[in-house]
Amino acid sequence: MSIQVDHVTKRFGTFTVLNDVSLHAQAGELIALLGPSGCGKTTLLRILAGLERPDQGRILLHGVEVTDQRITDRRVGFVFQHYALFRHMTVTENVAFGLSVLPKAQRPSPDKIQKKVDELLSLVQMRAMADRYPNQLSGGQRQRVALARALAVEPKLLLLDEPFGALDAKVRKELRRWLRRLHDELHITSILVTHDQEEALEAADRIVVLNQGHIEQTGTPEEVYEHPATPFVYQFLGDVNVFHGRIAQDETVPEETVRQPPAERDSSDEHEVTFVRPHDLELSRSRTTTTQLEATVRFVITAGSRVRLELMSKDSSQIISVELTKERYRELRLQQGDVVFVHPRQLQVFKMPGPP
Amino acid sequence: MSTEIAARVRNEEWKASLTSERALVRWALLVAALGYLTLFLFIPLAAVFTEALKNGLEGYFASFQDPDALAAIRLTFLAASLAVPLNLVFGVAAAWAIAKFEFIGKQILITLIDIPLAVSPVISGLIYVLLFGAQGWLGPWLAEHDIKIIFALPGIVLATTFVTVPFIARELIPLMQSQGREEEEAALTLGASGWQTFTRVTLPNIKWSLLYGVILCNARAMGEFGAVSVVSGHIRGLTNTLPLHVEILYNEYNAVGAFAVASLLTLLAIVTLVVKTIIERKSASSRSAHDPAWSTQPGSPS
Repeated sequence: MSIQVDHVTKRFGTFTVLNDVSLHAQAGELIALLGPSGCGKTTLLRILAGLERPDQGRILLHGVEVTDQRITDRRVGFVFQHYALFRHMTVTENVAFGLSVLPKAQRPSPDKIQKKVDELLSLVQMRAMADRYPNQLSGGQRQRVALARALAVEPKLLLLDEPFGALDAKVRKELRRWLRRLHDELHITSILVTHDQEEALEAADRIVVLNQGHIEQTGTPEEVYEHPATPFVYQFLGDVNVFHGRIAQDETVPEETVRQPPAERDSSDEHEVTFVRPHDLELSRSRTTTTQLEATVRFVITAGSRVRLELMSKDSSQIISVELTKERYRELRLQQGDVVFVHPRQLQVFKMPGPP
Repeated sequence: MSTEIAARVRNEEWKASLTSERALVRWALLVAALGYLTLFLFIPLAAVFTEALKNGLEGYFASFQDPDALAAIRLTFLAASLAVPLNLVFGVAAAWAIAKFEFIGKQILITLIDIPLAVSPVISGLIYVLLFGAQGWLGPWLAEHDIKIIFALPGIVLATTFVTVPFIARELIPLMQSQGREEEEAALTLGASGWQTFTRVTLPNIKWSLLYGVILCNARAMGEFGAVSVVSGHIRGLTNTLPLHVEILYNEYNAVGAFAVASLLTLLAIVTLVVKTIIERKSASSRSAHDPAWSTQPGSPS
């Protein structure tokens, strides 16, 4: 089922949570709403579910306007961050709930309900826990039950509100891969709200980056990661070094002397900011070009798959993060206090209005 | 081995010494607390039953043969059986609204619920006399239509209901607030109607606290003296509740009768406390099992 969000605005009191947001999801897509807390992503999800009403704008599901439709009639599966399992019901009863509240005429027989529950519990690998109560399950297990419960009513749309937000890192990683596989099996149009960029990049077909109630960028994970449309997206999707540079008439002279011709350059006197990812910085022990930035190694963190270094620029004392492969690090034989020369392989310049 | 045990004992003693007083102080505090309880609780409690049984079991049961006593018992149960369900419905509705929704005047509602606890019961009774009494605001109109409220059952029920308003609502509000709205929202997204959500999700989650509130409310409803005394008119066999009957008997120097009837109320109180303890334990165990702190702990099996 396709989703269309049409110029939706939502205010809580005087605070505008969503400001004229429009987006479109095709049937069968898994879309991630990504943004920091307070950006309005959960509110948008709740509006889609019918748990909140937009102040302005329309919601269309499969081309039909549902803005004023009651939550009960929307056939939308919702998975909550804190599971919201019915604490007084067993796993089986939880999953069966949506079927058991159907009007008598549509309600399947108890046998059929039981069969459906068994199927769903197998799907989420929870069959062995069918008679347990939610408080006897771990967080990851609870969230899988919550997902089975949402799937039981055969929703045309699945909304997941930070489903793995309350879980520890390892379980979170496992579950998001599992969710992706599940989505590939079931093809239910799904919207996943998350503040975890890794989760969005790994699980989603498309990512919608939200910030302060408006959409910053929409695109495939590759698009938003490789070609961030705004400084916000650049900073939100991974670590970044920010160099403030002011444009003189003919050439860029960023304070941090990363003398790289910026991507697009106007003759205007705008304030420009250069973004470089830590793994896009190359280090050398001796100066090879005049544009290199001289810096001192302050810390080296070797634990992990890559080596992370913290440098301090000689000119402006700015801290620069660098990521090297282990091989490169060994070649350079770097130690705390060493002087190195920094050179960006890839960077992006954003023009910002106003003085720096 | 033995040195190990000795070390452990020393360690325990050392730990205990961190938080405890000297033996003398401990004993003094214990004696003071027990003495206080004996003086103000156990002796009166024992006195009630001793006085009631002074003329033996026969005299004790004879006190209940009196038609006026039986009428008082019936009236008390009748008033409670009306006041408690009224407050049950109101308490659940008010707690539901306060805990799960934001609305204008919420603070006022919370304050209003507490008024009966703050106001002297006698004043509560007087309010109804002022409203419905013969000289009250609505008195003439009621007299015209031959409706009796004051010095009749409706007045007693009204006064009892007023005094017991806070018990159920106050019991439920904090629990429902801590439970939040997510489970109800989940039920709604799964297609449940409002009523299904209430009966199948909300109610089971609050049942122990609700029962606890009902029991406290009932105990207070049956034991209420001040407010009922003002509106009842003390008509023997008609508008006397148990507490009022006790007073009358006592004023007539019928100590055995007074204490026998009082022992009924005392028994009710004891039964209430026992049931309350059982329920508290049940609800505590179900609450701690659902402690939100627990659920945020990362689970090892997944």
